[in-house]
Amino acid sequence: MTALIEVDGISKSYGSVLALRDVSTVVNEGEVTCVLGDNGAGKSTLIKILAGVHQHDTGRFVVNGDEVRFTSPREALDAGIATVYQDLAVVPLMSVWRNFFLGSEPTVGVGPFQRLDRKQGKEIARTALADLGIDLRDVEQPVGTLSGGERQCVAIARAIHFGAKVLILDEPTAALGVKQSGVVLRYVAQARDRGLGVVLITHNPHHAYPVGNRFLILKRGVSLGSSEKSEITLEELTRQMAGGAELEALEHELREVASE
Amino acid sequence: MTTVDKAVDERVAPKSLGTRLVVRPEIGALLGALVVFLFFSIVTDKFLTMGGVATWLDDSATLGIMAVAVAMLMIGGEFDLSAGVMTASTALVTAIFATQVGLNVWLALLLSLIFALGVGALNGWLVVRTGLPSFIVTLGTFLALQGLNLGVTRLVTDAVQVSGMRRTDGYESTGFLFASTFQIGDTSFRISIIWWIGFAALAAYVLVRTKFGNWIFAVGGSAPSARAVGVPVARTKILLFMTTAFAAWLVGSINILRYTTAQANEGIGLEFQYIIAAVIGGCLLTGGFGSAIGAAIGALIFGMARQGIVFANWDSDWFQLFLGVMLLAAVLVNNTFRRRAERVRR
Repeated sequence: MTALIEVDGISKSYGSVLALRDVSTVVNEGEVTCVLGDNGAGKSTLIKILAGVHQHDTGRFVVNGDEVRFTSPREALDAGIATVYQDLAVVPLMSVWRNFFLGSEPTVGVGPFQRLDRKQGKEIARTALADLGIDLRDVEQPVGTLSGGERQCVAIARAIHFGAKVLILDEPTAALGVKQSGVVLRYVAQARDRGLGVVLITHNPHHAYPVGNRFLILKRGVSLGSSEKSEITLEELTRQMAGGAELEALEHELREVASE
Repeated sequence: MTTVDKAVDERVAPKSLGTRLVVRPEIGALLGALVVFLFFSIVTDKFLTMGGVATWLDDSATLGIMAVAVAMLMIGGEFDLSAGVMTASTALVTAIFATQVGLNVWLALLLSLIFALGVGALNGWLVVRTGLPSFIVTLGTFLALQGLNLGVTRLVTDAVQVSGMRRTDGYESTGFLFASTFQIGDTSFRISIIWWIGFAALAAYVLVRTKFGNWIFAVGGSAPSARAVGVPVARTKILLFMTTAFAAWLVGSINILRYTTAQANEGIGLEFQYIIAAVIGGCLLTGGFGSAIGAAIGALIFGMARQGIVFANWDSDWFQLFLGVMLLAAVLVNNTFRRRAERVRR
């Protein structure tokens, strides 16, 4: 089986800053690849390359067996890679259904007389959201009136509806409470079970471990290794994330402070 | 899971007419217009006569055309401070080509339209290219156009005005389109009123019923989100600046053919009137929300109050006070709405 996305030895620098160095991983159909790392680890750089916002300097970026280099987010979308950003998934003042179809509006009529198909738009948005188990009271309400978790879900449902094969989620749970995070992770699992490849970016191993199949840990732009779920435990994942040895040293230091 | 194939979810109580109206952006303006209308209808005798109506509709019309275009631009998240001076620039370009170069007025109008769309595209291109606030970019164009208007006019005519449109070829036919009157009963109404209503209706249709309208709300509400789902943000914004420039050309054409003389220093300060009318009509200063019909009503309030004060024989100073109070009230109402719409429930 060809991987949906394969990156091999990818590097990216902004001027003299080396943001990403020699990172490799794969995203398969029906699997979740988690990208973990602290702030400044290069998570954002990696997803921006996948999403077509930035271009990689060296290495190979393969989509469905073809090597690619996207020059715009639109190109990535056309290749079936949809990205849901944490804080800019939706336009808060616009209604749910208008957000759902933004950029791919259904129209009736021809040429200059094309107009939005509002009835169909609302109906499709309602059904697509319901299929994911997102039960909204009114698709005419502004997205701003939804909770943070619901907003992410609208963006996820939109990506799935428009035929995304790979779904990139940028810290979907970062700004959410425990319950809302659970809601979002459930939709991540649903997307995976529908056969999508999911890239989940997070700095919380407790969110990543239950849904992930593969874990890529980044630190200061370099990969600390990509491990399958069978090769790693939650404790080990957490330890690596937190910087392992460094944390032990800190713990030791703190104990000394306390004993004085 | 609940069934959702019903058009309305059972948890949504049927909305009363009242609640549905309150969330419309133009409702505040509509109420304001009603109050102003009733007030001057009662305190003055002339306001409600056919002649009076024709006077305040005329005053509202050209302002209304611009307010509608500026409202679309504001919904798209940008300002155009050069819009007022543009109405003078387009009139001057038309007048100079028609009277000094001797071109047919139709051709002169075409050339000034190309000029207007060019300036609009430049405004838009500068804003999206540099990422600077449109406030500062169009302040630059505003000053540049103001200088050009005076400088070029003085160079060409040795005066600060261009006149003599009445003797040009094509004055009659273009005048019929842009500056004629039509009769209702014994009263003549300006054709600009038709342009105003038509332009507002077209803008309202585009905003609410078309794909492009959806993009306008999106680029103003959150440009990065719009870009992330594939909306051509730069193209949308540039087209909006060109729409404003087009409206300025329309108003410039109406003015030059009606008054047959263009003053080089006209239009300065009008840009704020357009923005005020748009805000009274429910546009948010931060973009992403507003209405074309609202802006047209905002301009109507403007015209009614300005002429009503004249009919009442009051000093026109009171108009500024009225305007200030109206603007503050509108901003407060809009702000409350936005907070309600953006409130996050956790």
